[in-house]
Amino acid sequence: MSLEIEKRVLLTLVTEAVVEQSLLADLDRLGLRGYTVTNARGRGNRGVRDAAWDEAANIRVEIVCKRDLAELLLAHLRDHYYANYAMITFLHEVEVMRPEKF
Amino acid sequence: MIDVVVLFFLLGLLAGLARSELKLPPALYDSLSLLLLLAIGLKGGEGLARQPLLPLLPQLGGVILLGMAQTLIGYIALRRFGRFDRANAAAIAAHYGSVSVATFAVGVNWLNVRGIAFEPQLPIFLAVMEVPAILVGIVLARGMATKTDWRRIAHESFLGKGVVLLLGGMAIGWVAGPEGLAPIRPLFFDLFKGVLAIFLLEMGLIVARQTSELRRRGLFVVGFGLIMPGFSAILGIACGMAMGLSVGGLTLLATLAASASYIAVPATMRLAVPEANPGLSLAAVLGVTFPFNILIGIPIYHWLASMLAGGNS
Repeated sequence: MSLEIEKRVLLTLVTEAVVEQSLLADLDRLGLRGYTVTNARGRGNRGVRDAAWDEAANIRVEIVCKRDLAELLLAHLRDHYYANYAMITFLHEVEVMRPEKF
Repeated sequence: MIDVVVLFFLLGLLAGLARSELKLPPALYDSLSLLLLLAIGLKGGEGLARQPLLPLLPQLGGVILLGMAQTLIGYIALRRFGRFDRANAAAIAAHYGSVSVATFAVGVNWLNVRGIAFEPQLPIFLAVMEVPAILVGIVLARGMATKTDWRRIAHESFLGKGVVLLLGGMAIGWVAGPEGLAPIRPLFFDLFKGVLAIFLLEMGLIVARQTSELRRRGLFVVGFGLIMPGFSAILGIACGMAMGLSVGGLTLLATLAASASYIAVPATMRLAVPEANPGLSLAAVLGVTFPFNILIGIPIYHWLASMLAGGNS
């Protein structure tokens, strides 16, 4: 039996928990259909962000979508968030089943 | 004699400075702050049920003006003497114009231990004073006409955790009255000190984390963190005397005025004025002002209140 597998990209972003609401509202508006949010801890050039309480809390948002949408999202993040918030983003190539979901 | 809850703060501070691995689960910190906010609200609501509400309206107007005045004064001081840019001066000033629940709780405990009464509307002042400074701070940083998303800001500030729990607790206390509250009294009132003690342990750990930031920020931030609360406390006492508060009420209003927010304001300002550096405000608020208030400030404010208004206590 052959599996129906297609290529998509996984866009991962790690950022401050304080922007979660506004970030997710932006993603919705740009046409994204799904994402996964988890609490995260770590260290970067804005110091240790150990999630012990709100101000230092981080989230990781994972998004699987088509490449052109991912690039649109990245451009939006660059224009609206990179300058003032602790945020990193990276892209992965991934393969998915049920491609209509992404 | 130092209050026992403050000893827990010192334990947390020492453990943090010594880089102990002590760490409280974030969910516990959230739960404890929820309990404190509800307990303060319930207690206030219970007291309010025994008095007419209408005469309070001018007092609420008074404390709103107090918060706004503090923000403006802080902003001017930071711009003129600290040479901060507009965004950072506005953000720091907003923290100082707003209030800290933890500081208020320590003040309540300080008065309770000494058997000093205070007016039941003080918790409303706490809820009301949280927001005006945020709005003034945003206007100072942005001006009126720009593209600030006021709906989002209003949602963030008026429906934030602190305001909802304080006012909600107050409404429940007001509706239920002393008899209705009797079954939940053990959790919210009898355990108040224990809850506050563990909460302050965590605050000690949080404050300890600010020390390296503070060392980078230099003397002006430390000086501002010490002088601003003293100045605000005097404004608070003046405002309270105009309302005819008792010495206990004056002490708490001075404590409120002197305290600086480290939860509601940082979160809202981070969104509204993102170019301001949050580390700067938190270093001053948590590293200097919070410990100063709970260790030394509150007794001084009480002394000042007794000196200035000893007659009408």
